[in-house]
Amino acid sequence: MALDRKFLTYERRAYGMDHERYAWSQLSGRAPVAWPGGAGLALWVNVCVQFYPLDQRGVPFAVPGGMTMPYPDLRHFSLRDYGNRVGIYRVLDALARYGIKASFAVNGAMVERAPFLMAALRDRGDEFVAHGWHMDALHHGGLSSDAERDLVARTLDTLRTASGQAVAGWLSPARNESPLTPELLAEHGVRWFADWVNDDMPYRFATSNGDLWAMPLSNELEDRFILMQNLHSETSWVEQVSDACDFLLGEAEQAGGRILALNIHPWLLGQPHRIGRLEQALEYVTGRPGIWSAAPGDILDAFVAGLPAQDAD
Amino acid sequence: MKADLRLYDYWPWRDRPRIVWPDGARLAFWVAPNIEFYELDPPTNPHRKPWPQPYPAVPGYSIRDYGNRVGHARQMALLDRYGIRGSVSLSAALCEHHPDIIAACVERDWEFFSHGIYNTRYTYGMSEAQEREMILDSMDTIERHTGRRPAGYLAPALSHSEHTLDLFAEAGGLYTCDLFHDDQPTPVRVRGGQRFISVPYSLEMNDTIAYVVNRIEPRRYGRILRDNFDRLYREGEASGTVMCIPTHNYQVACPHRLDALDRALDYITGHPGVWVATGREIAEYFLEHYFDAAVADIRLKEDTVRGA
Repeated sequence: MALDRKFLTYERRAYGMDHERYAWSQLSGRAPVAWPGGAGLALWVNVCVQFYPLDQRGVPFAVPGGMTMPYPDLRHFSLRDYGNRVGIYRVLDALARYGIKASFAVNGAMVERAPFLMAALRDRGDEFVAHGWHMDALHHGGLSSDAERDLVARTLDTLRTASGQAVAGWLSPARNESPLTPELLAEHGVRWFADWVNDDMPYRFATSNGDLWAMPLSNELEDRFILMQNLHSETSWVEQVSDACDFLLGEAEQAGGRILALNIHPWLLGQPHRIGRLEQALEYVTGRPGIWSAAPGDILDAFVAGLPAQDAD
Repeated sequence: MKADLRLYDYWPWRDRPRIVWPDGARLAFWVAPNIEFYELDPPTNPHRKPWPQPYPAVPGYSIRDYGNRVGHARQMALLDRYGIRGSVSLSAALCEHHPDIIAACVERDWEFFSHGIYNTRYTYGMSEAQEREMILDSMDTIERHTGRRPAGYLAPALSHSEHTLDLFAEAGGLYTCDLFHDDQPTPVRVRGGQRFISVPYSLEMNDTIAYVVNRIEPRRYGRILRDNFDRLYREGEASGTVMCIPTHNYQVACPHRLDALDRALDYITGHPGVWVATGREIAEYFLEHYFDAAVADIRLKEDTVRGA
């Protein structure tokens, strides 16, 4: 018994990363960032507006949160749809109550499915983020480059038209990517994306079509991760958000501005028994001193404005 | 396959020879930060896939990279505050990828023990010669970059063969973290007959087991750490115990989790009679003072019960 020689061969065993996407850099060694008004913490609330198709193909895997029962899985289909019909309006009220400037990561397919909601979001004036075509249209290496290019182009075109915005941010469904996804995003005018969860601050991400910015949108603090995957209580989600807020505010005092990124799903937190917990979390965070509630594009603008000129483009 | 590798003998928790740690301490406490490198595109071991998703596994890869980019420095600052020197479970290739992390740990006189080359290269399917080559490569690399040859081993991703501990003992190792059978160091039987031991490393206190496998809330993890300490501290009066907190910078140092460890460290190090040590220090102390007594006591109890 023995393994092939390749298992004891290490081609990328050298300084830095084992790929060319970004440079190795510890957060602790970077220059401090200043947010507008001297805030310690930029609060980024991203609300996902998602369509989970009933005829889920599950390629290359069944999306978390998607259908799990034999067709037609009406329980999960309709429970996810609940978020776009009922839950989101509770979430919008909560955001308004606490003066939150949010972003909305929208599946392209939602534009046709819920024009009323699109108009409500457009009227709010918050930043639209492209969230792929729908939750079963995963970006993965099995797609041809043309098929993936079509997904990216169709999503961005649809959302740009519906929102009247340039739409420069991207979040892949399930944060999954093909080896080519970053190239295609850059090709279609995307400025930043939030699939990679390896930092608490923005950083430059290389593609053969020019750099993107990677924005930090924590998965570990996400409502879906904590409530649905870990089965923690709603109370615990509030505690975890509060603890993260306090920790990052403390770090900001020493090391410069930080970002508290909350990725939330109206089909979860928009439920009657959970919406109060979202309100509780927002009340806690917005009640702390030094919080700047901002859209991701604005956070990135402020971040880039503080960089030395040669790094800022 | 075998039903039992017979790595250690049965040794009842009751009436063992009394261990007293340095300065009369009753509990030896160590923190073992895993500092790991997971490859984005490793060859797929025929017995275990490195990533659940097809290449590129962005979610899994990027959160582990978060540990090194963001989490490590946070955890190191916290351990500094409590005067704790980490015992690093190290993917040896990290010496090459991220030498700045290694330098910061060396500067603090932390210990490094071997955790293989990469956490995406498993022992499964290796020949004995290949596993020896991998172990020696990891030890040579760590020695070259830190100035000291590692004394301890935790197999990469806890992937073992029947001869893992034999090979590590033959390579000059003193202790293993791969066994979870006891709350004190115990002798481990290796084919070369070396004086070789297990130092308790704890799967139950491991943050990744707590957070990922057992899906525990952060504040509850903090309580579990304190409860674990309380009992080991109490029992340590009769015979010294060992408590280990194995950590991962991508789990424990997330903003919503570090406070739980902070409070536990404050609680533990606030007690008298706690020896804050490294894995090697515990291993060497036990080998020098208690190894022979342990072997004799195990044999005595075995003989007694068999009526010899």
